[in-house]
This record gives sequence, C-alpha cells and structure tokens, in this order.
Amino acid sequence: MGRSPAADSRRAYGEPGLLGDSWRTYRMVAGMWIRSTMTYRSSFALTLATSFCVTFFDFVVILLMFGQVRGLGGFSFAEVALLYGTAGTSFGIADLTMGSLQKMGKRIRDGSLDTFLMRPAPLLAQVAADKFALRRFGRIAQGLMVLVWGLLLVDVAWTPLKALLLPVTVACGAVIFGAVMVLGASTQFWLQDAAEVTNSFTYGGNTLLQYPPTIFAQELVRGVVYVVPLAFVSWLPALYVLGRPAPAGVPGWAAFASPLVAAVCCGAAGLAWRAGIRSYRSTGS
Amino acid sequence: MLRLYAMVAAGGFRRFAAYRVATAAGVFTNTVFGFVLSATYIALWNERPRLGGYSMDDALAYVWIGQALITVCGLMGGGFEDELIERIRTGDIAVDLYRPADLQAWWFSANAGRSAYQLLGRGVAPMAVGALVFDFALPPGPGAWLAFLLAVALGSVVGFAIWYLVAMSAFWLLDGQGVVQAAWLAGLFFSGMLLPLNVFPGTLGELARLLPWASLLQVPADVYLGKYEGWELAGAYGFQGCWALVLLGAGRAAQAAATRKVVVQGG
Repeated sequence: MGRSPAADSRRAYGEPGLLGDSWRTYRMVAGMWIRSTMTYRSSFALTLATSFCVTFFDFVVILLMFGQVRGLGGFSFAEVALLYGTAGTSFGIADLTMGSLQKMGKRIRDGSLDTFLMRPAPLLAQVAADKFALRRFGRIAQGLMVLVWGLLLVDVAWTPLKALLLPVTVACGAVIFGAVMVLGASTQFWLQDAAEVTNSFTYGGNTLLQYPPTIFAQELVRGVVYVVPLAFVSWLPALYVLGRPAPAGVPGWAAFASPLVAAVCCGAAGLAWRAGIRSYRSTGS
Repeated sequence: MLRLYAMVAAGGFRRFAAYRVATAAGVFTNTVFGFVLSATYIALWNERPRLGGYSMDDALAYVWIGQALITVCGLMGGGFEDELIERIRTGDIAVDLYRPADLQAWWFSANAGRSAYQLLGRGVAPMAVGALVFDFALPPGPGAWLAFLLAVALGSVVGFAIWYLVAMSAFWLLDGQGVVQAAWLAGLFFSGMLLPLNVFPGTLGELARLLPWASLLQVPADVYLGKYEGWELAGAYGFQGCWALVLLGAGRAAQAAATRKVVVQGG
C-alpha cells in the first residue's frame, strides 16, 4: 500500500489518527445514507416495521415452543428471554453498524471496491458505512424488548456487579459480532463467493446463543468458547447473572472476560483485514 | 418452443453450477444451522415426545429436509426475484418482453434449472450429513423417494409462483424491497422453516397449513416421513398443484396487466 492518502490527509489536517479518521468517515457516509433514506419516509417506516417483524417472528417461535413446554434444557422462559435479548441486542448493534460488510465479496467481484480505494479515507469505515440501513434498528429494538421482558420476569438476586455486567456484555457482544463480520469480510479477498460462510457464524451464532447451552453438544459449546469465541457474547456473562454454572468446564472468571475477548477479536480482525487489502488485486476490467 | 425452454432451464442449471465455492459455502451454512436447529428440536421433543404427531426421529428428519430445501423451494427468497425486479426497475425488462418467448415461461424454465441444481448441489450434502449424524429414517424404497421428489418438484413450482408474483409488484412499486421483505417474512414463518406447522397451536396452525407456503416444506417433509397414505397422498399433491395453478395464474394476470398498462422505465 505504501503511504495511504488517508495518512496524508491526516498529516495535512492534524487529525487524531486512524481511529479518528475512520470515525469521521463512518459518520459522514452513514449520515449521507440516513439522509437519503429519509427522503422516502413512508418506505423507511415500512421497512423498519418489517425488520422489526422479521426478528419478532423469530421470537414467536420460542413463544410457540414454550406454549408446549415449561422449560427448555432446564431453563425457564424468562431465562431464555434474557439469553435471547442479550444476544439479539448485541447482534442487532453489530448488524446495524457492520452489516454492509456482507457485500464485500460482490464489491471485489464487480470491481466497485476500487472506487472506495481511490478516496482519501479509511477503507473499512467506508465499506462498513456504505448503504447504512437505519431500518436494521428494528432488530435492536426487538432484542431490547425481549431483554427487558426477560429482566422483568426473571428471578435473580441482583448485585451491583451483575447490574454492571449486563450492559458491558451487550456492548462487548456487539464488538465481538462486529469483529467476526470484519473477519468474514476479510476472507472475501481470497474467497469471493464464500460470503455465506460468515452467515453461519453471525446469524447462526446469534441463533445458537438464543438458546441455553445445556441443549447443545458439549463439543459445539467448547467450539464457541475456544475456537470462535461467541460464547463470550452472551452465554458466559448471562449464565453468571442467572447464577448458573459455566458450561463445558469453563472457569468461572470467564464470565468477566468478554471485554478482553472483544479486544483480541478486534486485533485478529484488524490483522486479517490488513492482510486482505495487501493481497487485493482488482478485477481490472 | 419446448426446446427453447429446455435450453433456458439447462442454462439456469449451468449458471448456478458455475459458482462451486458459493455452493460449498451454502452447504456449510445449511449444515451449521441444521446442527443448531437439531439441538433445539431435541430439547423440545425430549420435553414433549410425539409433539405435533412427530417422533424425535421425524422431527430431526424435518430439520434436515428443511435445510436441504431452503434454496430448492425458495423458502427464504426464490433466488431470481432480485434480478427480475432490477430488470423491471432499470427498464431492461423491455428487451425481455421483445423476445419471442413468454416472460413467465422463460423465468419458470430458468428457475427450474436453478432449482434442480440446488437440489443436487445444496440439498443432498446437508441431508447426508444429518442422516449420518442423527441417524434418522430414510424413505423405505425407490417409490417413496419418487413420491418425495414429486412433492419437492411441486413445492419448487409453488415457490417460483410466489416469488414471480412478488417480482411483478415491482412494475407498480419500482422499489420491490418492501414486498420482498414481507414475502420473505411470510415464507420464513408460514413455510414451517422455524418450527413444523403441525406444532403451531389451534387456529394459527390450521391457517398455516392451508396457506401456499405449506407446499414448500411441510408437505414434502410429510411425504418423506410417510404421513400420507393412499388417497391422502393424492390430496397432498392436489393441494400443492392447486396453489401452483392459482399463483401461476395470478402471476400471468399481473404480467398481462403490467405489460398492457405500465410504462417501462428507462431513457
């Protein structure tokens, strides 16, 4: 890459660095898309409502299940709602902010990534903010609603630590999901058609985390603790809040490790993204 | 004429067969979802054996049939409507309408080819993995397999008819996103993708089993599981066939109305 135009502009304007640059770019591009969406207000309202409904139906399935049974894997409805709400909100935030990265493979295939590379702004921020879809907020709203519902119903001996852990978990979970999306987008530099694999970790991970870990095979649970650390998104901290033991022989302190895991995931995603950009060859047509 | 449509179908098959990595990625994702869903169904059927008249074995088979048929029957998007809507939006559709072939028949053939490829490329592998890991029952003989395949074929036709109708809406709305999303939502819920329709309670269940989306997964799965005997089987095919005819007819009507009245976009 050599000296990036972004670095040049940074020097010229005395900006705070790559993070500040990215934030500015992201805000500008996302703001532009929001303004463009708001031009068609009724269309926006409709898609926002649909987005809310899509995720709501997802929860209806759990309601239907609990219409038939009293507990799932030893977890009550309130406990499952809490698991669902934390994972769903985190995923919603990540999907709102980073969901556009799904289009990475297509951008590389049709060469439209080159346009982004020409601009004097950080690439990741540009691609992530492109087509910023405010309607995805529907998913966050739905996740929060279920979370509140679960919190109202659940019988937990609250401590200050637990009350603090919950918002931290949702934030860290969003960062972990976001990092997985960046990692997935990075692999598209090599495997342009394999975008769907990322879905199994993002959408699939979200579905997995909505249910109690007790119903899954222990190998699978270990996999999302040690290999793709999705268990830190919600399972481990939420189980601590619920006063249940951690699954698959994971030590108890792991419930508090989400911020650390989120940081490691960001590091890995950043490295993968850099490696991806370095190996990028334009389609050149 | 028939030769032309056969060639279009073959083209549809080859077009999707060209992206092997995408197929492999799809198989991987379907398999992951299959495992996650299987675990939830096992938990559910452990609590309530014989829920909805299914044994645990049946429920597990249902999960993997669902994963195999997602793309084949267009449970979560027909795989062609975005392209058709884009052609309508940009006005490219005018070129298609000039062709000496019927628009619906053209897309029907292309979709039949796509569907056949998806069945082989994305259907067989997850089914095989599921059957090996969870050891659910396979249909007893070639006759039962044929009966299942016929139900899948009819399901795929109904799926096409639904998504074609959705795409036709773009003639009036131009931006089909809202309708596509609504159809996606209805498909996800009423096809039984998330939970078998016979587990749906009361009136909701009765309604869901009458809607066209029941043809996409519930009916093929029940045929696979041997839930229909004798004339019931004919009734199930009849149910799918009726919806196919009604929806294809509606698609034709929409197409006729659109080509008569709508001014094509473009410069």
